[in-house]
Amino acid sequence: MFEIFGVPSNALFGQLLIGLINGSFYALLSLGLAVIFGMLNIINFSHGAQYMLGAFVAYLLLQFSGIGYWPALILAPVIVGITGIIVERTMLQWLYKLDHLYGLLLTFGLALIFEGVARNFFGSAGLPYVVPESLQGGRNLGFMFLPNYRAWVIVASLTVCFGTWFVIERTRLGAYLRAATENPQLVRAFGINVPRMITLTYGFGVALAAFAGVMAAPIYNVSPQMGSELIIVVFAVVVIGGMGSILGAIVTGFGLGVIEGLTKVFFPEASNTVIFVIMAIVLLVRPAGLFGRRG
Amino acid sequence: MRKTLVLAALAAVLACGTANAQQVTVKIGVLSDMSSLYADIGGPGSVTAAKMAVADFAKTNPNVKVELISGDHQNKPDVGSQIANQWFDVDKVDMIIDVPNSGVALAVSEIAKQKNKIFIVSGAAASTLTGAKCNANTVHWTYDTWMLANGTGKAMVKTGGDTWFFLTADYAFGHALETDTIAVVEKNGGKVLGKVRHPLNTNDFSSFLLQAQTSKAKVIGLANAGGDTINSIKAASEFGIVKGGQNLAGLLVFSSDVNALGLQTAQGLALTETWYWDANDANRAWTKRWTAERGAANKFPTMIHAGVYAGILHYLKARAAGAPGDDGKAAVDKMKSMPTDDVLFGKGAVRADGRVTHPAYLFEVKKPSESKYPGDFYTLRATIPADEAFRPLKEGGCPLVSG
Repeated sequence: MFEIFGVPSNALFGQLLIGLINGSFYALLSLGLAVIFGMLNIINFSHGAQYMLGAFVAYLLLQFSGIGYWPALILAPVIVGITGIIVERTMLQWLYKLDHLYGLLLTFGLALIFEGVARNFFGSAGLPYVVPESLQGGRNLGFMFLPNYRAWVIVASLTVCFGTWFVIERTRLGAYLRAATENPQLVRAFGINVPRMITLTYGFGVALAAFAGVMAAPIYNVSPQMGSELIIVVFAVVVIGGMGSILGAIVTGFGLGVIEGLTKVFFPEASNTVIFVIMAIVLLVRPAGLFGRRG
Repeated sequence: MRKTLVLAALAAVLACGTANAQQVTVKIGVLSDMSSLYADIGGPGSVTAAKMAVADFAKTNPNVKVELISGDHQNKPDVGSQIANQWFDVDKVDMIIDVPNSGVALAVSEIAKQKNKIFIVSGAAASTLTGAKCNANTVHWTYDTWMLANGTGKAMVKTGGDTWFFLTADYAFGHALETDTIAVVEKNGGKVLGKVRHPLNTNDFSSFLLQAQTSKAKVIGLANAGGDTINSIKAASEFGIVKGGQNLAGLLVFSSDVNALGLQTAQGLALTETWYWDANDANRAWTKRWTAERGAANKFPTMIHAGVYAGILHYLKARAAGAPGDDGKAAVDKMKSMPTDDVLFGKGAVRADGRVTHPAYLFEVKKPSESKYPGDFYTLRATIPADEAFRPLKEGGCPLVSG
């Protein structure tokens, strides 16, 4: 066993892996944000609240209908996605032509409302949600004990991230979408229902947030403020990756998870700040973000 | 004005034998975190407890008229200070109670001193409130960091947990709790192998727990609170920390946190509280009323709520016994001269430094199979008598004591 800066290599490998797991959440959440920003030009500030709603819906499904983790993994994103669609149809769609600020303010207001309602009904302490039985326990990797659930988090997140990237960048549907953001008039002229596509895209982005919320429920505290604690970091991830860049969101999500993980070993006090330091540097050197295209 | 005073004095003299007949008006402000992370340990539940105290007192003392107001300090010392100033100056509040969050509490304590009003702390933990930063206008009910460290820390070392690793929230409260606990651990022959200072509101603790695991310490002390504690314990359970032979010491865990964790995750956790809703019949009866009044069927009152109730009762008793409404220091002196006695904390006393002493209890969280009904959280492991539960009067460095 060798040491790196006084930290045993074994411990360091463990920390890298943990960083990757946390990165999975950053990637999932920033992916949804990037999809929404890239396709709708809306800065979705209610993303954190929608992540929280995902976890709450999973809890409610279990508590009141006995629906467990696995069905909830599909059901909760669908339910929260539908609320997203309603929000888009009734409110957001009127804002596309206005400045980004309007969308940001509206979604920020919605986030506060979602949080406030959740707090009113469930209090602020949090709700219990246990790891599903099939994923309890873990295995010893030699350098660390890896809970099965965390392994699942990495696999699921990678799958969803890659799937989303593939659909948007490599399929015909994705091509329509990208074309619709560039020139909606023209795409409409080809007989494609652009507004419906945009609505569904928003619903999908929101569903991604809810999916991350269900994934988080067994391992993090399910409380009304769980989203607002995370969302600022996720925004930094998106900015570093390049607003609206799908690949950028995924790569920086995982990458920053690892960097944050390492900070927790060498300088734990700074682990909340390190991402913002990186953001500042990136903005100075490459204002459009690491993967962003200069508009 | 002078005329009224003379009349009042005259009335007081005349009523000497029958003090009860005197009409007393009191205004109390419940200042708490109404909408954020501490809203369940204090917050609206504290207001409910305050209402109950007022109602109970009115039954035997119809001559004391109490007005109750409440406010949200949002965990910001500047907001808390502003409300406290307004309450004392404009709204003529006599006494402020609760104030979870040590940062806000220290600010309000200073204001109460400046304006010669009264501050009864129930929600905040910092033991400096009755230590170096004590004053003649502040009374600290319920608990503090020294008592938590002493209760849980000592018990863990005595049962073989002699090597420690700390996960500490990186702000005043966390540091205070860590310092107090390290002192207890070392005094009892234990050793501290390492510590990590994590930022407030950290989501993922697995990284820190891995460091704790590598340290091979027998006990991992959680010098944090609320969501941070919950996230630490959840991750510890997932990473098999307890199964691997290390123990967790929750240095500040409320019953609402245990409720949020679920017994499956929290089982086996050792913690110290001064009040538990299911400890005896009186507490259960009080809880039943609290739940009905609060309108929250699945919630259980915390020791902070109980402290608000008891604190208000004691203050009102002092007022009924002649403590002045316009001189905070004199009223606190009156409170100090009277023994405390209520259904929730039993008999106790307010010490010269403002610390209220009563017994503390070391609990262990039950296994899910042992828990028979909702809220059946703890098994009692030990009772720490009132004179041992809190920091000895002379050790706090409070100027009121030495002088």
